[in-house]
Amino acid sequence: MKIIATDRKGAVHEVEGRDGWSVMEILRDAGLPIAAECGGACACATCHVYVTGDWFAKLPARSDAEVDMLDMALAVEPNSRLSCQITCAPELDGITVTVAPE
Amino acid sequence: MTLETDVAIIGAGPIGLFAVFELGLLDLKAHLVDILDRPGGQCTELYPEKPIYDIPGLPIVTGQELTERLMEQVKPFKPIFHFSQMAAALSKEPDGRWKITTDAGTEIVAPVVVVAAGGGSFVPKRPPIAGIEAYEGKSVHYAVRKMDAFRGKNILIAGGGDSALDWTINLAPVAAKLTLVHHRDGFRAAQHSVNQMRELASHGKINFEIASVKALHGDDGRLRAVTLANPGKGEWEHACDTLIPFFGLTIKLGPIAEFGLNLTENLIAVDTAKFQSTTPGIFAIGDINTYPGKLKLILSGFHEAALMAQEAFHICRPNEKLRFQYTTSSSNLQKKLGVA
Repeated sequence: MKIIATDRKGAVHEVEGRDGWSVMEILRDAGLPIAAECGGACACATCHVYVTGDWFAKLPARSDAEVDMLDMALAVEPNSRLSCQITCAPELDGITVTVAPE
Repeated sequence: MTLETDVAIIGAGPIGLFAVFELGLLDLKAHLVDILDRPGGQCTELYPEKPIYDIPGLPIVTGQELTERLMEQVKPFKPIFHFSQMAAALSKEPDGRWKITTDAGTEIVAPVVVVAAGGGSFVPKRPPIAGIEAYEGKSVHYAVRKMDAFRGKNILIAGGGDSALDWTINLAPVAAKLTLVHHRDGFRAAQHSVNQMRELASHGKINFEIASVKALHGDDGRLRAVTLANPGKGEWEHACDTLIPFFGLTIKLGPIAEFGLNLTENLIAVDTAKFQSTTPGIFAIGDINTYPGKLKLILSGFHEAALMAQEAFHICRPNEKLRFQYTTSSSNLQKKLGVA
């Protein structure tokens, strides 16, 4: 599966996802500016992305923990997600995300 | 205030704490500086309640518990903590020792400095609003130090965590007007605080807006109004003279970048025998260092602390012979630990 990620400068990156990995791990390892300070524990909100296009509606709903943690994110929008809470899967092939401002 | 010790440690997270233990076994005294107001670093700031499963011998332990256990472990060595202070500068003394100066003016002089700062300093998250820097310190504040400074102000508090709620409740009586703005009608905060805030709002003592701050308006750092927005209502202007954003803390490398150390992508390059940087006498252990094969694990930091302490001894006690002993068998070590 592929993830189409837009960084904070507007550059678009196509990165190869891995089933079962979190989108945060894929973006971080691809060198995108994802701090992920807590390492994927849904405890810091520094892997905040906007899921764009139709993709937001296709994702499983946010957990209560993620909704709560988004309160510590900056510039939250209706399509905000913490990328450590999105798991790569074949049906997400082509998902488009934009890295949120820091 | 100038203090002298054997080792000055930057960072009181798990690795800085365990360094105190390893240094203590070798009779080396330590002072620790941390920007947070308590020990534990990321363990207590980011995930105090989350379980950690990869600490050898502790199948499950929370960040808070691990910190408490380390504090108990280092207690015999009487480390001196300087909390709520940021290590702001590193300089060399005429006698060859190092001096750390904190932002509170504390000076610690020691032959050895250990940087155990994780990812750097925890600092308040700054909302990505254009031009906000110009207002910081004048109209935009990330903390409330003196409530009196906010008396009679038209305050806007942004955020939905405990700090946002607590300060909404505490500042309501002193503010001329107070508005809480949060992106949703739900909060990551203690229920009684949420109830109290809603009570204040229902009596008109504060206003609560479901929105986000999009822009700031004012001159010379003096705030006049902000633009608020929400997807249903669009954008509108909200008059206020003070903005206090509370979005928690984030980690920035901070002044360590200016210490003149050999940095690789914000990490301090060290050797893997002593965990010393390329600057003699300056060591780096834990998440802040880098070397071939580095893994950012707490257990790696513990190992690094033990090896660092050996070399720190040679620097601090050049004329003494290091006696390698085991805590299990050495009555000398057991005496230091207060168990013999």
